[in-house]
Amino acid sequence: MTATQPKTAKLVVEGLCKRYGATTALEPSSLSVAEGEFLTLLGPSGSGKTTLLQLICGLVEASEGRVVIDGRDQSATPVHQRDIGLVFQHYALFPHLTVAENIAFPLKMRGCASAEVASRVAATLDMVHLGHLAGRFPRELSGGQQQRVALARCFVYQPSIILMDEPLGALDKKLREHMQIEIKRLHRESGATIVYVTHDQEEALAMSDRICLMNHAKIEQLGTPRDIYERPRTAFAADFIGISNIFRGRWDGNGTIETVHGRFALPSGARCQSQDAALVIRPENLHLGAQDGNVVNGCVREVVYAGSETRVIAALDDGSPLVLRLGPDDVVPGIDERIVAGWARDKAVLVA
Amino acid sequence: MSAVTLSSAPARPARLRLSALWLAVPGLVFLAVFFVYPVAQLLGLSIVDPESGAFSAGAYQRIAATDVYLRVLGITFRIAGWTALWSLLIGYPLAYWIARLPNMFRGRMLLFVMVPFWTSYLVKTFAWMIVLGRNGIINSLATGSGIVDEPLPLLHNQFGVMVGMVHAMVPLAVMTMLPVMAGIDRRLVQAAQTLGAAPARAFWLVYFKLSLPGVAAAGLLVFISSLGFFIVPAFLGGRQETMLAQLIITQVQELLNWSFAGALSAMMLVAALVSCLIYDRLFGLSTIAGGSAQVSTGRIRDLGLALLSAVATLSGHLARLAQTLLGKRVCAGLLPGFCWLVIAFLVLPTLLVIPLAFTSSQFLEFPPPGYGLSWFQTYFSSPLWIQATIRSFAVAFVTALAATAIGGFAALALANSRTRWGGLIFALFLAPMIVPRIVVAVGLFYLFARLGLIATDLGLVIGHTVLAIPFTLVTIAAVLKTYDQRLDQAAATLGANRLRTLTGVTIPLVKGGLVAAFLFAFITSFDELTIAIFVSGGVKTTLPKQMWDDMILQLNPTLAAVSVVVFIVVTTMLLIAERFRSPS
Repeated sequence: MTATQPKTAKLVVEGLCKRYGATTALEPSSLSVAEGEFLTLLGPSGSGKTTLLQLICGLVEASEGRVVIDGRDQSATPVHQRDIGLVFQHYALFPHLTVAENIAFPLKMRGCASAEVASRVAATLDMVHLGHLAGRFPRELSGGQQQRVALARCFVYQPSIILMDEPLGALDKKLREHMQIEIKRLHRESGATIVYVTHDQEEALAMSDRICLMNHAKIEQLGTPRDIYERPRTAFAADFIGISNIFRGRWDGNGTIETVHGRFALPSGARCQSQDAALVIRPENLHLGAQDGNVVNGCVREVVYAGSETRVIAALDDGSPLVLRLGPDDVVPGIDERIVAGWARDKAVLVA
Repeated sequence: MSAVTLSSAPARPARLRLSALWLAVPGLVFLAVFFVYPVAQLLGLSIVDPESGAFSAGAYQRIAATDVYLRVLGITFRIAGWTALWSLLIGYPLAYWIARLPNMFRGRMLLFVMVPFWTSYLVKTFAWMIVLGRNGIINSLATGSGIVDEPLPLLHNQFGVMVGMVHAMVPLAVMTMLPVMAGIDRRLVQAAQTLGAAPARAFWLVYFKLSLPGVAAAGLLVFISSLGFFIVPAFLGGRQETMLAQLIITQVQELLNWSFAGALSAMMLVAALVSCLIYDRLFGLSTIAGGSAQVSTGRIRDLGLALLSAVATLSGHLARLAQTLLGKRVCAGLLPGFCWLVIAFLVLPTLLVIPLAFTSSQFLEFPPPGYGLSWFQTYFSSPLWIQATIRSFAVAFVTALAATAIGGFAALALANSRTRWGGLIFALFLAPMIVPRIVVAVGLFYLFARLGLIATDLGLVIGHTVLAIPFTLVTIAAVLKTYDQRLDQAAATLGANRLRTLTGVTIPLVKGGLVAAFLFAFITSFDELTIAIFVSGGVKTTLPKQMWDDMILQLNPTLAAVSVVVFIVVTTMLLIAERFRSPS
């Protein structure tokens, strides 16, 4: 999803770091965002993603490192002069201004002529389907409407980079999915570069060109959604995105790993930084019966029917859980039934 | 209480409303008899001829006849207005600074504001007399170091009155503005900046605009409170600064002209009510109780926003100029520097009294030539002072019990009933805080004179309870507001009956608020002077009354010793109250 418009800038973060006394909110981190790219910062709370966002837009001063937009160092540029838009968590709409006045605010700050302000506000209101609510105050709107005002207030002045801090966190599931599509549409139409923060892995998978997975104030892995889902580099990455069966063990430096559940064959060419490693198998890659000599035994504890699939949760011999995802045509085992599960060696991933 | 709601709400709504509001009835009756009736009667007296009992506008004709009274009224308004303005100008930056402090520091800084707020007016005024007097601390330092040859005229003029009044009122202004400021989402200012507003514009267009209801409420409360001042102008002002309340005291105590005092009180009450009315038209009274401001519409609003925008642009230029002249580091230190100066202004004068209490001199010299305990000995060996002290403690204790019970039940009633009368009842319970104390005092004086309650401890307790009820109600209501009523419901579903729920769940959880309310009421009574001037007579004086009498006669180091005792008692109570009020 690279944009064709030439307007958007490229964002580079170099060794950016934030410390508050002895605590580190963000370890030195570097990443670069291409023009028109949709990059998501994903991670549990306290992983440093909001800090990184605030450093990028200048609300927080960096301890080290720099932010470069369009090749220009922004470290000395105050917040209000950076060409960046920020959509806040819980929106931060001005309660004393109407919807139209909220959206007009950034234009007025830039000294736009009032005729231009009026026409651009009207056009942006139409873009988010809120034309009929222009004169209302924020507290008179529903959560979804407030969300759209926040988006409009940000898109109206066409900043080349738009940062979004968990913008959908306060909405219910149905509305959230609707707004995801809406944001993708605005992204496509504006061609802006977007850095999006969320802790919701499904949202990240659905929306992003690339995902920057963060944990413990560090970047854990950076890649396309498919990259991260299919080739997680760490057990954390495998566990945080999607559901995983993770067997910790000792890698022999070659083609097998020794775990408490047995010795398993690895995909050809699999490597790891240390011998202390783990094997990750996604539930949909587990099948009933042995495959490539990789077998675990368990006892079915729970069967969850979820429409298009059926999830089977079994207990392995040492009590640890095992999750399988069965298709509509598979035979579903009963509770307390003993099962044998296996996987193709190429479908497993060796992680640190 | 809401266990009652849970079990009976669907079946017996009528009974529920009744049972909850019942709790407010003792308070309503009490205030009706000892607050509404005397004040109304006072207003009535002002339009009745004292001889014949017939309707007469004589008192008002007398006010209008000479320009003396109108001039005093003008002085009163002028001083109150200036006090409100200066208190806001000094208090706003301080409140802004405190609101932005991290939580753990905020509580500590707030104490620096709370202690002067609760410190007795008499002690504060006494402190300023020592600081500003002809031979006071500032003048002895200034002449001693040769900066000036002649002592500066700091006392018995408008300057002295303004210093004393602003010093007394800044804490009230800060404490009124602080909740509004603390409620402003800080990210709104950040949002304005990310949207392209320079810091100065972001502040004026967003933060200042949103803090305006608090500013207006603070201005109103300071103005109304200032209207009724008499201690500060009596001791720090000259003849040119005579205020209305001083005239009322003279009329009642020296000239025994009740109907004329009634007319003057009526004028003051009307002034206070008109101020409230104007405020209500502009902002809505509910903002004082923490409600959201009503939004003005149309041209006034556009004009206001345009005005703010102009101020924002101007202050933006000023900020840039200041930064180029002083540098970024100095500019960042301006606000904290100013705030520490204000805190020093609030706290230091009272603390300066302490060394004087231990002076070995016969006079109030600073610095004291030597130290000793002789003035505390004088205090503790004087039966007059000791009896006054004991009476003050006893009256304060009983007042605190009564006010906490009445205010607590009223708060409980208001928290549990959803009637449309709730706002009105709340307003009535808060009214003793709005109506000038001197008006209440004069009104009670008439009533007590007929009931034979003058110069009795019961009269004092009743009067002080009227004044303390607003404080207890607000304190307990604040605790009940944060109290999760579902806990009562949970207790009920777990098998606790109403009594067990109350004793086992509700009371332990709101205990802190009750203790804090008790202590606030105690302090209110302990250093109350206005009612004491009228109601305690002869030998039955309270500590503040005894101080007042002494201060009128002659300043002496015994007063410093007494001030230190009062200061220590009040501060201790306050610190305990704060500890109990803040959630552990």
